[in-house]
Amino acid sequence: MTNALKEKIKNIVGPKNFFDSEEDRLCYSFDATPVYQQLPEAVVFPESEEQISQILRLANHELFNVVPRGAGTGLSGGAIPVENCVVIVMTKWNKILEIDNNNLTATVQPGVVTAVLQNEVEKIGLFYPPDPGSMNVCTIGGNVANNAGGLRGLKYGVTKNYVLGTEMILPNGDLLKTGGKNMKDTAGYNLRDFIVGSEGTLGIITKILLRLIPKPTESVTILAYFDKLTFSAKAVSNIIASHITPSMMEFLDNTTINCVEDFTHIGLPRNSEAILLIEVDGRGSIVFEDSEIIKNILKKNNASFVKTEADLTEALKLKSARRSAFSALARRRPTTILEDATVPRSELPVMIEKVTEAGRKFNVTFGNFGHAGDGNLHPTCLTDERDKNEMERAHKAFDFIFNEAIKLGGTITGEHGTGLAKKQFLEKVTGIPGLEMMKKIKSVIDENNILNPGKIFSLSPRCEGTLPHNIRQFIPGK
Amino acid sequence: MPYSASTNIFSDILPSDDVLSQCIHCGMCLSACPTYELTKLERSSPRGRIKMIRSVANAEIPVSNIFAEEMNFCLDCQACETACPAGVRYGKLVEAARVFVDETFRKNSLKVRIKRFLLRRILADKNNLKLVSRVLRIYQRSFIKNIFEIFGVLRIFSRHLSEISKLAPKISGFFSDEKISLFSFPDAEVKYKTAFHFGCVMNVAFAEVNLDTIEVLKAYACEVYTPSEQVCCGSLHAHNGDIDFAKKLAGKNIDAFKQEKFEYLISNSAGCGAFMKDYGYLLKDDAEYSERAEMFSAKVKDVTEFLYAKNPARKLMPVSVTAVYQDACHLVHSQKIKNEPRELLKSIPGLILKETEGADVCCGSAGIYNVSRIEDSLHFLKRKVENINKVKPSLVIISNPGCLSQIAFGTEKLDHKVEVMHLVSVLRGSLYNDFSQKWKSSI
Ligand SMILES: Cc1cc2nc3c(=O)[nH]c(=O)nc-3n(C[C@H](O)[C@H](O)[C@H](O)COP(=O)(O)OP(=O)(O)OC[C@H]3O[C@@H](n4cnc5c(N)ncnc54)[C@H](O)[C@@H]3O)c2cc1C
Ligand code: SF4
Ligand code: SF4
Repeated sequence: MTNALKEKIKNIVGPKNFFDSEEDRLCYSFDATPVYQQLPEAVVFPESEEQISQILRLANHELFNVVPRGAGTGLSGGAIPVENCVVIVMTKWNKILEIDNNNLTATVQPGVVTAVLQNEVEKIGLFYPPDPGSMNVCTIGGNVANNAGGLRGLKYGVTKNYVLGTEMILPNGDLLKTGGKNMKDTAGYNLRDFIVGSEGTLGIITKILLRLIPKPTESVTILAYFDKLTFSAKAVSNIIASHITPSMMEFLDNTTINCVEDFTHIGLPRNSEAILLIEVDGRGSIVFEDSEIIKNILKKNNASFVKTEADLTEALKLKSARRSAFSALARRRPTTILEDATVPRSELPVMIEKVTEAGRKFNVTFGNFGHAGDGNLHPTCLTDERDKNEMERAHKAFDFIFNEAIKLGGTITGEHGTGLAKKQFLEKVTGIPGLEMMKKIKSVIDENNILNPGKIFSLSPRCEGTLPHNIRQFIPGK
Repeated sequence: MPYSASTNIFSDILPSDDVLSQCIHCGMCLSACPTYELTKLERSSPRGRIKMIRSVANAEIPVSNIFAEEMNFCLDCQACETACPAGVRYGKLVEAARVFVDETFRKNSLKVRIKRFLLRRILADKNNLKLVSRVLRIYQRSFIKNIFEIFGVLRIFSRHLSEISKLAPKISGFFSDEKISLFSFPDAEVKYKTAFHFGCVMNVAFAEVNLDTIEVLKAYACEVYTPSEQVCCGSLHAHNGDIDFAKKLAGKNIDAFKQEKFEYLISNSAGCGAFMKDYGYLLKDDAEYSERAEMFSAKVKDVTEFLYAKNPARKLMPVSVTAVYQDACHLVHSQKIKNEPRELLKSIPGLILKETEGADVCCGSAGIYNVSRIEDSLHFLKRKVENINKVKPSLVIISNPGCLSQIAFGTEKLDHKVEVMHLVSVLRGSLYNDFSQKWKSSI
């Protein structure tokens, strides 16, 4: 990128919002996705819709790329820079514009941190359920762009179930408004839902209208230990089949239990093969009746220990311990590659077996945990990117897992998005017509393919240039 | 000139590649970091700083001004260590990075040289520190101070010097080491053999807190061994890039405290305690000291940690006060001591302990940060004081000298009428029923 062009961009956002030092570019060359990295040409913090529009228009004119970014906690590489790009960071757009207690909605800027919104609405008895493990850091904009899930997805669904409307700057610089406070709306195509999960490839989201619900008044947290993985998986299937829907049903295997315990010191059972962390919530006594039924099912399924945690602070400790699982696994090995395969819930026991099999077959270590109630597991390969051979085996193991998941009627990613990390598998899930339709839509909305190109899929014939590559970030002894 | 991992002088302080690559850049630490919160820039976040350190270590980028700026902007509060599920020991990384920075800029920076001179020649030398303190004492008492301030003479030297002079802890009327004898004994039978590290700043500026600590330990049936050969712990040197000197001080302390004379080494200063617990790591490759350093570190206990685990031999007498406790970073984040001080305070009858928002967020004191980066420091301080003021306590309790003078300065500056006390002084007041004679801070 020429200096003259950089000057133009700097003029749009102002010098204090423009960064192109080596250090800044380095610090925005990655997100939370392992292994991928690429330097952007510059990093900007626009202050208004108008500035974003101007940058996008300039990008079309000068043919440089633009990559939107929230907090950079994404796990599929959505916010990783591409060649010849400017990163637009939205974290300073962090105002909650309105909480409407009559319509039960919240209007927010995209940079609002998920947990901050949750705390605010809970103060007045309302509830915003989507709670990704990263909720203390990640942004609502990133959640909408990735259609993020969370621990409570089982009962309350994922981000898309709460987005009522969006405002977004399209790649050509126009402002698109979708949705509104109406609970029903059948005017034309449902563009709003289409934006959710677009991973920053269709526009830059600048405002979000969210649906809120009344906060449940009661909740019970149950913790169960198992001596065998299969027992825990079976228990999950039986609970689902009993027609009770807990708000969360989380699974942690032995490796994960130990890493999380190393971090939190809250007394998790280091010798158990698996634990289930279950929460039932709602209003009135039914919550307690349901939790009794669940406890019985757990015991029938050979849980070696079942405990109810009525104390809220203790329950909170358990939940935040679970949220740290992915990062805690890095205590074992420096590179943790986490996957997001999801299968129909009835197939969960088979899938857990398959992950164990993949570890054995390709001689790699997995820590496995996830949203068991959703059939959404996060088998995490514990490896070291400096060991080329092991990395190769890890990739083979993941190929195996993906193929098995698809055979079981599952999908390659439940909640983290396709981004860079999963795009090679996309066609297997969508089929050719699905993928073609996506590509056509993208090329209509983003004629010059300037907005987050090469994410989700690659467009041909126009090539995105070299994409972020697996680099060895550190060469020992150099 | 950029320094790389292969440059010899640094290979011993640079954490190994394993330590550097442990960060999986998940970002879970971002919300805990006060400097990221302020700038919203990755380079002021733990994740960004680790990335830069790794790149410098790998000679991919030079030690630039921005790098230096961000390493010094970091409070070294270690809130990110508490937040990091992966167990990254960030403090070690930033301290090593500060060595890079100082080595790179030393030749052309007067500031670095002055800082080093102050740390090495004044802080680390008890007699010099006392000498300077005596001068300061006169300065703080006299009207010269008022006259100086009226004419703003101090401003001529530096825009901030007059602010800094207010921040300097009030020098005590006496120095504690002169009043504490080699051994202090409890009235009752000795249950625990303790040793006491009286610190450098604590000794000259919080002498009464040191005496209170001895009294409290006595009330817990402790014999207290306080050798006068002890020196400054070295933490400020290490945190500011002078590891070599810190090692020397560590060695002197290990020699000064005769190991057979005590089971626990008590510190009432969070920063010193945290650092002395690390002597084992600091001297791990030192043939002469490594083994003794390990043993020494194992005995170090923060005063609250020690007292919480024991029962007082005297009765805690009732008091009547609404108080808040503010965590010191080097207690809550470095030593993971969070509940102990709170539980100790709750055991005092009549003391109502309220929680504030951000109790475990750095006040901006951060070693000598409040002197070296006063504007940033004041930003963090302001937020802390505002949070305290929301619950309207009449007493703020702290367990570390740096935070004590910083928060006292802040509450005064923002005109919040509240007393600020060290936790042991509060305990002493209750144990000896002389709470009215509490440590009177005129700061
Ligand atoms: C420890 C850990 C636990 C996690 N747990 C979960 C979990 O339980 N469930 C889950 O679903 N995910 C989880 N994630 C993944 C991640 O946190 C989510 O995908 C989150 O939604 C990303 O938000 P972000 O603000 O960090 O976005 P980023 O990572 O910055 O960006 C994500 C994508 O959104 C785009 N984007 C960001 N802002 C905008 C905007 N304003 N307009 C347009 N596009 C935009 C980016 O281009 C990118 O494609 C976890 C991550 C970590 C590190
Ligand atoms: S320091 Fe820890 S929490 Fe922060 S990014 Fe690195 S691994 Fe994650
Ligand atoms: S030590 Fe404190 S200021 Fe420094 S990076 Fe960690 S949290 Fe931020």
